[in-house]
Amino acid sequence: MDNKSMKGWLYLLPAIFFLGVFMVYPLADVFIYSFEEGYNSASQTFFGIGGYNYSYVLHDPYFLQALKNTFLLVVITVPVSTLIALLISLGLTSITKLRDLYQTIFFLPYVTNTLAIGLVFMILFKKTPYSDGMVNMLLNLFGAGSVDFIDGPYWAKMTVLCIYTVWVVLPFKILILTSALLSVNQDYYNAARVDGTSKFRIFMRITLPMISPSIFYLVITGFIGAFKAYSDAVALFGTNLNAAGMNTIVGYVYDMLYGDSGGYPSYAAAAALILFVIVLTITCINMLIRRKHVYI
Amino acid sequence: MESQVELSKIEQSAIRRKKIQNFFVYLLLTFWALMVLFPFYWMVLSSLKSYSAYSSEYVPKFYTLSPTIQNYIDVFTTVPLGRYLLNTLIFTLITTGIMLIVTILAAYAFARIEFVGRDFMFMIFLALMMIPNELVIITNFVTITTLGMRNTFTGLILPSITSVFYIYLLRENFAQVPDELYYAAKVDGTSDLKYLFRVMVPICKPTIITITILKVIECWNSYVWPRLITDNSLYFLVSNGIQEIRENGLGRENIPAMMAAVVVISIPLVVLFLIFHKKIMEGVSRGGTKG
Repeated sequence: MDNKSMKGWLYLLPAIFFLGVFMVYPLADVFIYSFEEGYNSASQTFFGIGGYNYSYVLHDPYFLQALKNTFLLVVITVPVSTLIALLISLGLTSITKLRDLYQTIFFLPYVTNTLAIGLVFMILFKKTPYSDGMVNMLLNLFGAGSVDFIDGPYWAKMTVLCIYTVWVVLPFKILILTSALLSVNQDYYNAARVDGTSKFRIFMRITLPMISPSIFYLVITGFIGAFKAYSDAVALFGTNLNAAGMNTIVGYVYDMLYGDSGGYPSYAAAAALILFVIVLTITCINMLIRRKHVYI
Repeated sequence: MESQVELSKIEQSAIRRKKIQNFFVYLLLTFWALMVLFPFYWMVLSSLKSYSAYSSEYVPKFYTLSPTIQNYIDVFTTVPLGRYLLNTLIFTLITTGIMLIVTILAAYAFARIEFVGRDFMFMIFLALMMIPNELVIITNFVTITTLGMRNTFTGLILPSITSVFYIYLLRENFAQVPDELYYAAKVDGTSDLKYLFRVMVPICKPTIITITILKVIECWNSYVWPRLITDNSLYFLVSNGIQEIRENGLGRENIPAMMAAVVVISIPLVVLFLIFHKKIMEGVSRGGTKG
C-alpha cells in the first residue's frame, strides 16, 4: 500500500473504529441474539437456535398492545401533522411582516427537552383530586365533562399522546415546507395569474406539484419517526408504560432489555427486528408511491 | 368615465379581499404561536407559585400575585439538579468534542485524500446512515455492561460519538473547497494535517458550527441510552434526572417544584436557540430530523 493510501486509512481510522464497534458489530450481533433461544444474560448460555423468540414476542399481549398503540399513533399523527404544517407554512409564506418572528416561535419546540416539556403537558391534561387541570377547565367552558387524560380511559390517553407528538414534530415540518414554498419560482404564479387561474387551481396545479418532493420527504421521515415513538410516551405516562397500557414498540424493546421486566436481550432483538422490517416495508411502499406521484 | 369607476371598484374590492385574507392568516398564525408558547408560559407561571397556593387552586389561575423563588431553591437543595446539569454539561462537551475530531478527520479523508478503497468505504458509510439506533442499542448495552462501564462517563460517551450523517455533511462541504488551494499548500510544503486545520476548517466553519449545535441539542436531550446505562443517580443526565424527580424526588404532588426543574433544564437550550436561531434552523433544514 502506498503512502497516500496509508494516510487516507489513518485519517479514517477513528471513525471506522467507533462505527465498527458500536454499529457494524451490533448489527450482526442483533440477528444472532434474535435466533438464540432461552438466552440467559447472566450465564451467557442458550438452548438452541430457532424462531422461538419471534413467536414469543408476537404472542406477547404487551407487544400486541404496543403494536396497536404505535400503529394508531402513526396513522393519526403523520397525516394530521403534515396537514397542519402545510396550512401554517402557506400562511407563513403569504405574509412578509413578522414572518421571521412567527417562524422562530414555531421552531421553539424543536430545541426543547422532550421529557421536560412532556411533564408540562402532563400537568395541563392531568386530573387530580384537588384540581381538574387546565384542559378540563377549558372543556368545562364548552360544556363537556372532565376527563382524566393521563390515568383515564384509553382514547383520552391516546389523544394526549397524539397532541403532544404533533406539537413536537411540527417545527421540523413547518421549517421544511416553508423553505420549499419559498423556493417555488414566482414566474409560474405570475403566468397563472395573467391567465386568470383561480387560487385553488393554482394551489393544486402549481404549488402542490412543486413542493411534492418535500411533502414526500416529510411523510417518509414522519412514518419512521412515529414508528420509533417512545420518549413522548414516557414523558406523559411515566416509565412503566406497560402498566399504563401506553407502551410503544421501541418502549417494548427497552423494557425487555432493562428495568423491572428486563434481562431478555433475545426478545428485545426479535422485537427490534420486527420493528425494522415494518419500517423498511412502509418506507419501500412510500418510495414506490413517490415514484408515481412526485414530479421532480 | 364609466369604465374608470368600474376599475377602481374592482381594485377596492380586491384590496378588501386581501385584507380579510390577511386577517385570517394572522389569526391562524397567532393561534398556533399561542399553542406553542402556552406550555412555556404555564411552566414558568407554575414554578413561581408556592406549593400551598398551587394546591389550593381548584380552578387553575392564569397569573400569580405572590411569585416565589422558593421552588428554584428547592430543586437545587432537596434534589441533585445541579449534579444532573453538571453531568449533562460534561457529557455534551466531551461527546461533541470527540465527535468533531473524528468527523473532521473522516470527512477530510473522503473529500481530499485519494486512497485505495475510498469510494467503496464511502458507500458503506452511506449505507450505515440507514441503520436505526434501536437495532444496535441492544448489543451496545450488552457490550458496555460486559466491559463494566455502566455508570461511567466512558460508557455514556463512547457509543454516542459517531454520526455518519455529520461526516457526510462535512465531506460535501470540504469537497467544494477548490483543489488549487490544496496544491498551492502542497507546493509550500504544508502537511495535510496543517492544511486541514489552517485552511479547510476555517473555510468550512459555518458547517462545523451547524453540526456542533445539532450535536449539542442531541446530547442535551438524549434519554434512551443514558437511561439504559445509568442506574446510579450520581451519573444521571437531565432527561433521566427529570424522570427521577417526577417519580421519586420532591414528592409526587409538588408540581411547582417540578416545573422549576423543567424551567432550569430548558433554559440552556432556549438561550442557545435564541442566539443561534438562524444557524440552527438552517442546519436542521439541511438534514436534521426528529422523530
